[in-house]
Amino acid sequence: MSITEDEARKVAHLARIAVADADLPALAQELNGILHFMEQLNEVDVDGIEPMTGVEPMRLKRREDVVTDGEQQDLVLKNAPDAREGFFAVPKVVE
Amino acid sequence: MSDLNKLTIAGARDALAKGEITAVELTETCLGAIDASGALNAFVHNTPEMARDMAKAADARIKAGDAAPMTGIPVGVKDLFCVKGVPSQSASRILEGFLPQYESTVTQNLWDQGAVMLGKLNQDEFGMGSSTENSVYGATVNPWKLGDGVERTAGGSSGGSAAAVAADLCLGATATDTGGSIRQPAAFTGTVGLRPTYGRVSRWGVIAYASSLDQAGPITKTVRDAAIMLGAMASVDAKDSTSAERPVPDYEAALTGDIRGKKIGIPKEYRIDGLSDEIDGLWSKAADMLRDAGAEIVDISLPHAKYALPAYYVIAPAEASSNLARYDGVRYGRRAKLGAGDGVVEMYERTRAEGFGPEVQRRVMVGTYVLSAGFYDAYYNRARRVRALIKRDFDQAYASGVDAILAPTTPSSAFGLGTADKSNPVEMYLNDVFTVTLNLAGLPGISVPVGLDKQGLPLGMQLIGRPWDEGGLLNLAQSLETAAEFTAKPTRWW
Repeated sequence: MSITEDEARKVAHLARIAVADADLPALAQELNGILHFMEQLNEVDVDGIEPMTGVEPMRLKRREDVVTDGEQQDLVLKNAPDAREGFFAVPKVVE
Repeated sequence: MSDLNKLTIAGARDALAKGEITAVELTETCLGAIDASGALNAFVHNTPEMARDMAKAADARIKAGDAAPMTGIPVGVKDLFCVKGVPSQSASRILEGFLPQYESTVTQNLWDQGAVMLGKLNQDEFGMGSSTENSVYGATVNPWKLGDGVERTAGGSSGGSAAAVAADLCLGATATDTGGSIRQPAAFTGTVGLRPTYGRVSRWGVIAYASSLDQAGPITKTVRDAAIMLGAMASVDAKDSTSAERPVPDYEAALTGDIRGKKIGIPKEYRIDGLSDEIDGLWSKAADMLRDAGAEIVDISLPHAKYALPAYYVIAPAEASSNLARYDGVRYGRRAKLGAGDGVVEMYERTRAEGFGPEVQRRVMVGTYVLSAGFYDAYYNRARRVRALIKRDFDQAYASGVDAILAPTTPSSAFGLGTADKSNPVEMYLNDVFTVTLNLAGLPGISVPVGLDKQGLPLGMQLIGRPWDEGGLLNLAQSLETAAEFTAKPTRWW
């Protein structure tokens, strides 16, 4: 499998990282190098093997469905690049 | 007493208990050493006021007879641990200006014991790297410098932690290990690095890279210090859903010095092509040391070991692409300057292009690709199946009665800064060839310095333990440490 410039553009957009058109050929080449390295995995017989999700077979912890933390609006907003009137502010999303 | 910064944690603890030194004196000596260490670029945010306040409180606690093992011990903290009110940016530009409003469990546990916070330590951005060159703060320089004057890497991603301990800027340091980031820097700097079993140490407040692989542990000067510091860092934590419900044992008590009858496996697959005679020779020597101490050395096979590296470089970027989706310029960190008419998508794309360094961008995009529709099965699910086979190899080795596995930590000693081929990222990935297998299997591992290479640079050997048997692993590591008699220190040039 080999990544074209167009596919590199698509991956960059999916990852929400701006990449200039001029940089796409180099990006495609790098990604191809890495994917080629991963293709060694095709040598392994994985028939009947379940994909591993965690190292310890354990049931995720559960707890009572109650509020354990909260009422910290100021702290939550403290690191925001733009916070106004108790909200995170972003550029206009809907026309 | 001069040179207090050169003490071990155990030595300082005993001297503090006897009243021979105070935590304030010890802390001042470390702060002085840090001030004079700019050339190493190990400490990147210093917290001297916090350190002095904590040292005073520690002295009061010792006086009151209420000391814990880490009370009054000055430590450095890898940048990616959130410390309330202290810059914590995982060496990334995207977290510029971020001041955590809460404390990571690991650092809280250390402060509860009375440890002293000296500052934040350099690393590769989000833990992605093997040389601490991928950092918004610039590269860390290894304190080990030879006559050739070459500046070498202190390893990565926890290069700042390893350099700081090797240069006696602090008595111990916190670090994290996703693919070898504790053990490889320890090997490159002549220090001890312990990665615990996955789930032993809480990940709460540790800025994530790959959540199924990340685990925090200590870098210290000795194995005994690693036992003391792990005991302070580890806990059962309701805030981390993968924290194991197992009480933390007394690791120092496990250091009996008796390893008679222990079975040590030598994995034949680790004898890779191109392994230097020097490292191969040291490996045999380390096996002899353990045999002389009463252990039995047996050959074992981990047939899927060679697939660990490619599996890791699918799984870790996949998890990273999900974890790092949170850096969107909205909730914390740095937002790119926007032009008139720019919308929210431009904000995301430009913020992430400016905020992430090249290696982080690369891994996020690789991760995005392997998780995207049409490739999820071919790459991500296949890698997870291979991961299951890698873990099964270890399970079978341990089921056959092996107590631990011995292997080199790294394929070479520390390499020069700036020598990696930037057009071929895979070359740097090969550094992790011996370390990454145990991350995939969730196992504990420790790197112990055992000798110097021909050039005079430190080399480490790695012991891989059974799950949850950090005590047994530390005991074996201490036997190796005792037999190796590694006492070399870098000559001060900084």
